[in-house]
Amino acid sequence: MVSDAQAVQWLLYGGAFGLVVIGVFGLLALNNAFRLLLALIILESGANLLLVLSGFREQGMAPIILSTQAQAGIMNDPVPQALVLTAIVIGVGVQALALTLILRVKQRYQTLDMRQIKALMEKDISEQHQVAHLSSYESPAQISAGRESDKA
Amino acid sequence: MNRWSLANFSALIFALGLAVLLFAVSVQLPLANAPMLVGNSIIAQGVADTGAANLVTAVVLAYRGLDTLGELSILFAAAGVVGLLLTGAKAAQSPLPAGGFVVSSAVHLLTPLLFVVGFYIIFHGHLTPGGGFQGGVILAMAFFLPYLVDYKPLQQEHQRLTLIESVAGGSFIVIGLFSLFSGQAFLQPFLGHGAFGNLWSAGTLPLLYIAVGLKVGSELSSLLINLLHAEDE
Repeated sequence: MVSDAQAVQWLLYGGAFGLVVIGVFGLLALNNAFRLLLALIILESGANLLLVLSGFREQGMAPIILSTQAQAGIMNDPVPQALVLTAIVIGVGVQALALTLILRVKQRYQTLDMRQIKALMEKDISEQHQVAHLSSYESPAQISAGRESDKA
Repeated sequence: MNRWSLANFSALIFALGLAVLLFAVSVQLPLANAPMLVGNSIIAQGVADTGAANLVTAVVLAYRGLDTLGELSILFAAAGVVGLLLTGAKAAQSPLPAGGFVVSSAVHLLTPLLFVVGFYIIFHGHLTPGGGFQGGVILAMAFFLPYLVDYKPLQQEHQRLTLIESVAGGSFIVIGLFSLFSGQAFLQPFLGHGAFGNLWSAGTLPLLYIAVGLKVGSELSSLLINLLHAEDE
């Protein structure tokens, strides 16, 4: 039989770990650069939630002292909360930077598909260094089609 | 195109395996009973040390003030690199159509309220939940919302935001240097503790949080404005 406290524990940890798993799966399986960023954000919020959860006490109050005279009750740990505050702000910076890089890549290559971007970048690099571009058997159909239309 | 390729399948298997492992960990984790060593002493001594009622603020600005400075510089670096990467980009010809009546009235109504709420949260950061980072995000919205209504030239507004940002960032460091040259550690709170629970209490912590709030607000809004002006085609 599952007690109430256990059910709450599974719910809270399940939420945090669930977000982490969703984020990891997204990072592995998605090909769109913007969706990769979204998966990273989900992963990050799962990690933040886990950190906040580590400072949670049963019946704990927010770590704000109401009066210096009265003995305060049980309080949640303020240190993980401050750490998560830092992590969220740094996360925003990282997200903005990643979004800008995605924007620049989109402006350059007109696509967000990571496979196409990779192939186009490899082509650009080999053209810059004047070596023969080896096409991979995995290269997307659009690119090989475009190359054939270049020849024609 | 074959959507469910081998790579996707193996990613799914990896994610499921990770989920099982994390579930096994979570069953053994002590919920609500995690060891709390630093936290207990901060709860016991926080008010005596800093005079701030909100212990999270005490941790962020007093116990880990140097970390907060590092965090601000990371945010500054990110905002700077975003501006650097986007200056090479072609500016959008007309980034947005002018807002309609509903949007513009709502923005004109909301902007002063956002300023009030943002500054309230910043000023009371050492007493109630909130603080410079949270209020700064609201201030960023207040700075940014007018851009949704009418398009302004990038330069003049940007200079104002840059001025606010550099003054705020500079004053954070100046306050830290002040306590360093008065014989204390860098960023150690001074000016006394004041009456507990008053708006003017906790020494320099409210001043530091005002600097943080203005810096975060102007930085985030200039990030958003930069991204708004970048051409997307």
